[in-house]
Order: sequence, then C-alpha cells, then structure tokens
Amino acid sequence: MDEQDSNAAPDEQHPFEVTRRTVIETGTTALILSALPHAAFAAGPLDGGEPSPPAVKVQLRINGYLHSLMLDSRTTLLDALREHLALTGSKKGCDHGQCGACTVLIEGRRINSCLTLAVMHDGQSVTTVEGLALGDDLHLVQAAFVEHDGFQCGYCTSGQICSTIGMLAESRLGMPSYVTEDLTQVAVELTDAEIRERMSGNICRCAAYPNIVAAIKQAGGIST
Amino acid sequence: MKAFSYQRPETAEHAAAAAVRPGAKLIAGGTNLLDLMKLQVETPSRLVDINGLSLEKIEDTADGGLRIGTLVRNSDLAADRRVRQRYGVLSRALLAGASAQLRNKATTGGNLLQRTRCYYFYDVTKPCNKRSPGSGCAALAGFNRIHAILGGSEHCIATHPSDMAVAMRALDARVETVDSAGQTRSIPIEELHRLPGKTPEIETSLKPGEIITSVTLPPPPPGVQVYRKVRDRASYAFALVSVAAIVDSIHGRIRSARLAFGGLAPKPWRSPRAEQTLVNASANATTFNATADAVLEGARGFGGNDFKIPLARRTLHSVLSEMTRA
Repeated sequence: MDEQDSNAAPDEQHPFEVTRRTVIETGTTALILSALPHAAFAAGPLDGGEPSPPAVKVQLRINGYLHSLMLDSRTTLLDALREHLALTGSKKGCDHGQCGACTVLIEGRRINSCLTLAVMHDGQSVTTVEGLALGDDLHLVQAAFVEHDGFQCGYCTSGQICSTIGMLAESRLGMPSYVTEDLTQVAVELTDAEIRERMSGNICRCAAYPNIVAAIKQAGGIST
Repeated sequence: MKAFSYQRPETAEHAAAAAVRPGAKLIAGGTNLLDLMKLQVETPSRLVDINGLSLEKIEDTADGGLRIGTLVRNSDLAADRRVRQRYGVLSRALLAGASAQLRNKATTGGNLLQRTRCYYFYDVTKPCNKRSPGSGCAALAGFNRIHAILGGSEHCIATHPSDMAVAMRALDARVETVDSAGQTRSIPIEELHRLPGKTPEIETSLKPGEIITSVTLPPPPPGVQVYRKVRDRASYAFALVSVAAIVDSIHGRIRSARLAFGGLAPKPWRSPRAEQTLVNASANATTFNATADAVLEGARGFGGNDFKIPLARRTLHSVLSEMTRA
C-alpha cells in the first residue's frame, strides 16, 4: 500500500501502528462493510454493486518523505493522509471546505485537503502539522499557540497552525486581503482586522479567537 | 461519491476531446465540484483534470488589457500587481469571495462555472429543476432568503454565487474557449451565463466539451472602482447583495458609470437603463433613487428574500454617494 524512502524517520516507518482508535474504527467498518476498502467508505455514500474504479498510483512527498500509494481515485488528500498514512493530525471537521480543520500546505500554500483528490497532487510536496516540529522543538507557530493558549478543545488547532504558516508567507509576499485599504500598497501590516480576515477560513467553535490572534501576532513578530 | 475514471490531458484540445464524452466533467481547483460530488449532486463517470494544461499566465494584451489564463488561481489573480493597480474592483471582488485556502485552489474558469448554493439544489431529496429537470422548484415556496429577485423564472430562482464574475461583468470581460474540434471563440461575459427560463439546467452558452482557456479584460474604463459586498457575516459568506461599480465623476457631476450586481439574479446583473440615469447627472439622492428604480425594475420577492429589494437600493445609494463625494 505504501512504500517509503529508506531515509524515513523511525516513527515514519510504522505508519500503521495500531491504536485503540484504529481498532475501534476498523472493527466498526468490518462489521458493516466487511468487503469494502476503508477509503471507499470514507469517500461518501455507496452505490450498491458498483465496482470500484481501478486503483491509481499516487506519489506524494509528505513532510519530506516520499510515499507511493495505490488509491481509489475518489480518495481525497485528507483521507489519504488520515486513512492510508495514519497522519491524523489534519482533522476532518465538515468535509466540505467550510471549517478549515483539514488545512495543509501544498508546495507551501495553504489549502483545504478535504476538497481535493490525492491523485491531483501526484508528485507534489505536502506539509501537515506532523511535519512542523524538529524533534521536540516546536515550530514557532506551534510554540506561540501553546504560549497564548490559542485553543480549547484543540480540534481546529492543527488547521489553524498550518493556515497561520501559509498566511504569514502570503503576507510576506505582500498579498492583499479584503480589508487591505489600499490594494496598491506593497507591504502588508498585519493588524488584528487583517489577521481575522485572512484567517476566516478556519473556524474555532470554542471561540478561542482572541488568543489565536495573539499567538499569530507573536509568531509573525508583530508588536502588540 | 460515485466511482469515476481519472485522466490528466496535457493540451486543451485533448481535454476538450475527453470532456465531450458522455459523463465527463472537467476538474481544475475542484473546490465546488468535489463538494457536489460528495453529495451526489454531481455524478461524473469520467473526471478530466486540466491542471496539466499551461493556462496559468496573466499576460498584457496589445490594447492595454490583460489576458488571464483559466488556471490562474483566485489568490494569484487578486494579488497580481497589474490587477491591483488597474482593476481594483476585480481584486477586491476576488478577495471578498470564499476563504484564503479556497482562493489558493479555485481557478478563474472554475469560478465562472461554479454552481449555485441554493439549498434545494444541494439537497438531492428535494425537487430542483436545475439538478433534476421537471421535478419542480422547492425554493419558490420554501426558504428563499438567498434567492433571486431579478431574472428568475417560475422554474428556478437560484442566484449565481460568484463575486469575481460580477466584477468581470462590470469590466466587460470576454471569455475565450476551445472545443473538441479545436475551434476557438471569444464570448462576451454577458452572454456566458444564461437566465433559467424553462431550462434552468442549462446555465451557460458553452457547448458540450467546450473549455474556457482564458478571460480577457479590455483596458480599464475611466473612473473609480469599488466592490461592495453585503453578507450575513463579516467574512467568508456569499453575497446577499454585492455591487461592482466603476464611476467617473468630478465635483459631484457623474460622467459615466458601470454597475454590476451579485446576489440578486441567476447571473451577474447589469442594467443599461440604470447606468444611463447616471450619465451627465448630478450625484445626489434624486439621481441615485432613479438609478435604483431602474436597477430594480421588475424585481420580485418570494417572502424570505423580500428584504433584498430595499437592501439593494440602500447598498447602491451608499456606494454611489461614497464614490462621488466631492
């Protein structure tokens, strides 16, 4: 199902480590649909008796490591990460691009991984929340979220963090937002209003927004 | 999601040849199509991924306009220096749409061809003439807060959801296409989207397999450009009413104006008669009332969306008075 480079990090070499959660999920799936691949189950409603399309080969460089997968063409990038590679840091919230919990970076740009097919990213580089820290050293955005308590339940947090990294890169490039008064200005000043507008694709149902904004300001080196 | 075969052609002609086959659907950004496929509103049996085509450049045209490749992402188009300086209404409209993550994925052509967000179109258990021709329209007597007050029919009152297309309508953009026989053509944007009439399932004037390759903007018209969007929350929501306005005025006297509206109709809406009321007119409440009367001629509410009629009027007043303030 997946092949990896020989230089894979130790914890990357066993992506299918069995946890209590996977046992429960697998068990439930096996009871209902014993003959069906998990990915097809995750892909949405099923059509009785319809044969699965031929599997497609997809190569993805995820957090620096090359993964080669054989996937049902319907597999979203999010399901490829979570169900096939056990990278469950990216979360499935709405599965319709409305909440941002599944945000990952493709070639450094933030996108919703639930609204794209894995096969459409063959040969591309993906960064997920698992790829941010260097060993025990947190990425500065992660550290800022911890320091400012930028979460409560934490379900949206990996999406918020990946989105922040993409957002700070966009701002450094001078990309404008809807609230940027003068569209012709070259440098972007990340005010609270700018941060909130630029992060509006990430919903936090615990409403930790003030602390998320504070964390982003710290990570972006913006004086408060 | 229904099963489909997947292919990724490398030329627009090959893509058009693949797209003309039964059950085929083009995918570029996929942010709307995959959403609809998950709900089985869209059930293509062949998916033709056009991301391999080299159509992602923004180029200057000889007459001083811009040609935008169909695969240019919404975020890149909004951030392009030339667009920000000369077509501010387009940049602002793009930035008013969706979220940053979606704009990084969504393409120019895909944005034009996105489907309505009518709740009943999305709910496959409900009648919808657009999704299932002849089944009826559940919105007419249902929850229709987001629906059209202009241009609808007794068969469909869904709105077109794009912000970008509204700005392009004000800018008199043209849409370039290629078909499976290799024939190219250039369509004025006002002729791209169709009103529903008796066939709400036919949304555009594109032929089967015809692919949008680029959108061309003529040189910007004189005047100030504004895009104003009114919605239920401050960000990341579809327009209830939006106005793309380009107004050329001096000392409270308007020379010319272009107005395009979103959220009101099944396509980006323009009223030549309304624009005529502003030619050589004084910028005052009497003028703006006459303009609003002309825009809203024939407007009809269906209960839940009645508020859009006064909201459109007030939004237009606000935009015009701000743009012509001496």
